[in-house]
Amino acid sequence: MKEKLVVIGNGMAGMRTVEELLDVAPEDYDITVFGAEPHGNYNRILLSPVLSGEKSFKDIMINDDSWYSDNSINLRKGHDVTKIDRQRRVVIDSTGTETPYDRLLLATGSDPIVLPFPGHDLPGVVTFRDIHDVERMHEATEKGGHAVVIGGGLLGLEAANGLMKKGMAVTVVHLMDTLMERQLDDVAAEMLRQSLEAKGLEFKMPAETAAILGTDHVEGVRFRDGEQIPADLVVMAVGIRPNTALAQKAHLHCERGVIVSDTLQTYDPRIYAVGECVQHRGTAYGLVAPLFEQAKVAARQLAQRGHAAYSGSVTSTKLKVTGIDVFSAGDFHDSEDTDAIVLRDPGRGVYKKLVLRDNRIVGAVMFGDATDGSWFFQLLRDETDVSEMREQLLFGPSHLGDSGHGGHDAATAMSDEQEVCGCNGVCKGDITSAIVEKNLFTLEDVRAHTKASSSCGSCTGLVEQILASTLGGDYSEAPAVKSMCACTEHSHDEVRRTILDQGLKSVGDVMAFLEWRETDGCAKCRPALNYYLICAWPGEYTDDAQSRFINERVHANIQKDGTYSVIPRMWGGVTTPNELRAIADVADKFEIPAMKVTGGQRIDLLGVQKEDLPAVWKDLNQAGLVSGHAYGKALRTVKTCVGSEWCRFGTQDSTAMGIALERMCWGSWTPHKFKIAVSGCPRNCAEATIKDFGVVAVESGWELHVGGNGGVKVRATDLLCKVTTDDEVMEYAAAFMQIYREEAHYLERTAPWIERIGLAYIKKRLIEDAGGRARLAERFHYSQKFSQADPWDEVRKDADRQAEFVPIKTFSREKETV
Amino acid sequence: MTDWIDIGPLADIPPLGARVVRTDGGDIAVFRTNDDEVFALDDKCPHRGGPLSQGIVHGKSVTCPLHNWVLELGSGQAVAPDDGCVTTYAVRLEGGQVFLQIDGVREDAA
Repeated sequence: MKEKLVVIGNGMAGMRTVEELLDVAPEDYDITVFGAEPHGNYNRILLSPVLSGEKSFKDIMINDDSWYSDNSINLRKGHDVTKIDRQRRVVIDSTGTETPYDRLLLATGSDPIVLPFPGHDLPGVVTFRDIHDVERMHEATEKGGHAVVIGGGLLGLEAANGLMKKGMAVTVVHLMDTLMERQLDDVAAEMLRQSLEAKGLEFKMPAETAAILGTDHVEGVRFRDGEQIPADLVVMAVGIRPNTALAQKAHLHCERGVIVSDTLQTYDPRIYAVGECVQHRGTAYGLVAPLFEQAKVAARQLAQRGHAAYSGSVTSTKLKVTGIDVFSAGDFHDSEDTDAIVLRDPGRGVYKKLVLRDNRIVGAVMFGDATDGSWFFQLLRDETDVSEMREQLLFGPSHLGDSGHGGHDAATAMSDEQEVCGCNGVCKGDITSAIVEKNLFTLEDVRAHTKASSSCGSCTGLVEQILASTLGGDYSEAPAVKSMCACTEHSHDEVRRTILDQGLKSVGDVMAFLEWRETDGCAKCRPALNYYLICAWPGEYTDDAQSRFINERVHANIQKDGTYSVIPRMWGGVTTPNELRAIADVADKFEIPAMKVTGGQRIDLLGVQKEDLPAVWKDLNQAGLVSGHAYGKALRTVKTCVGSEWCRFGTQDSTAMGIALERMCWGSWTPHKFKIAVSGCPRNCAEATIKDFGVVAVESGWELHVGGNGGVKVRATDLLCKVTTDDEVMEYAAAFMQIYREEAHYLERTAPWIERIGLAYIKKRLIEDAGGRARLAERFHYSQKFSQADPWDEVRKDADRQAEFVPIKTFSREKETV
Repeated sequence: MTDWIDIGPLADIPPLGARVVRTDGGDIAVFRTNDDEVFALDDKCPHRGGPLSQGIVHGKSVTCPLHNWVLELGSGQAVAPDDGCVTTYAVRLEGGQVFLQIDGVREDAA
């Protein structure tokens, strides 16, 4: 027997919750929806363009009647619920009918605030809340005349703009002396006022309304100072108030809104609430993004998948007035511990202000040019450390260097034949025509259809700009926590945390618990999960070979022709005549077509047949050579120079240090490849400052550097600290590798990881917290106990694991004569 | 003519894995899904000829190890937006043995 879910409120929050619920648990409930309005569910945030005539009501319908019937939802539209009987678990509607529930979802939204001036109930006085209000305003605009909008906030200004577009003369009355004071600072508010005045709106502010005048229809508005202005229409847009009447009648705890917990349950655990009617951790939201976040959590709670929790939302605001760009997010008020970065260009009508605390964006206000708003908002939500880009930050992502963020002008100025993606040979024209012909809207779409930016990612910024310039205003990148892959909505961090919190110990368990959309996941998430489990449960978790990329499964690098390359480890880049002889013998014996010295100071044998791998390994093993893990997301090489043993400039024995580090770290699996180098003096011949962990010897000890890489986007390391003893080098190396292993996302090199979390964080964890550093190192050493077995040796001695290297069967196909 | 050829026990193919059948007409990749369905395709990605048998198997698909094309095991079709197709072969499971249907095959003595 299905449980009964009753939803009170047919608005955006309620229906989004139902949609999410149908998505995760379509069979769990019989659903009944009560809606006061006499139609399906529509997008309330788009009422402004309907008012201004830019969109029709049909354009903003989300779910029409057929959606409800298709999903077997019993829709009672035009029915008010008058009472909730919690004891008997029924709701009673205006016709007296009782509807029983097992779970109840309150989504009663909010009511517009109507100030009780004399005359507030005259015909011609409207609020701006639903389609009915818009219809009444449209009736008024047909007669023309003068409209007075009370309220200079987001809603009031959008209403005023819409009425003006419909031909009315409009005066906005505002109690405060600046517009949108909750979203804008004084400067932006003043610029907004000037540009709205230039469009033809009139303002009266600060001004307090005293009465609405008229006998059988509104005729004017009188202010506290005695002044009067004529009015044929008065729109009250002074704010909204959570609609808690029903909840209060049912004795659910309410303050400003219905109080809900992080699981969106009210005081009565059978009753959930979402949307504008709720108050969560002291905040009632009136914007759409938080409602959607709440809907997602409530749906998962209703589906009894209890790990979802709502912890509040950071919101941003955009004014939907054509031709005026306004963006606001976070807390933009200056205080003692904040810095403001400000750009103000009255000539261009542009104003941008970013408020920073501890090198993180906490607030942003933009006027005139809000194109970078979503980027700033993303940085704000992610709490990204912006110290590295502070100088250029305000100019947006297009000014942050070539790699990753080409300039906007660059995108528009490019010809169609110019190559955008060097990896996949995709030109600008390929991308623009795919966007137009295939209706692509997101970066992911473009990646899928053109392959541009799908490999190394260095052209991502440029592709985004081509998207933006091709789609114009239609392109918006929604700031959201990125999910691991299309198989799940969960982010890397959420998955890692859940593995630990819930003690999940297999790939299947993780997918089951977190409700993976695809049963076996995909080639993106399976290797990531396998790594996260290896890292979380050393010694306990059994490696899942089928979730390994082929290179890590067969301990060699697949080449373009399906052969493999084999690289034995050369500790610190040091070798012997015997090792070289053994390598040469192997190359002869197995007719290996090519040999090459790698950048990591070892020798690559290229073109080895898969069947030969175990035998190749056996010969190499017999000379004491082991796997170099050149194929793995693992410790690769430790590059060294000859150091004080030989070099006339050397200050320390960098070679011995390199070998010691390699002996300690080899075999460890990491989120992405991990390279170390040790230089014997600051001349840095081992190129330690473009490695994940770089050690540079100085007279008095060692400098430790972190987060460098060569590759697509070269990044030099950051100096972590200076130490004096060899033991300290070893401890820092172990601790750094471990924090990277535990906290970075799979396939994230240390360079982008450090740019994401900030060097200050690493210093806090590794330098300021000596105990924490020791514990990290300890965890690293513990996990190494289980990873330092040569995989070549293991595989070649295990008949089962060798099976994969040979064909299961060999046939000859006779060509038949027809 | 077409024959059903016994290529070995199902147990020799790991779940979510593949094995190669070698023929003089090119390798054939034999895949086993998590629920023990078996599929056989030419071991050659339509994109750049990557050995599909070395890819990661998920659901009824495999991701090519060279450039991450995803191919449907049943139809041999590349998953959109990629476009391409590989030859598939009929497979039968009988008594824990896997049989493959290939045009005119003569089993090698060796």
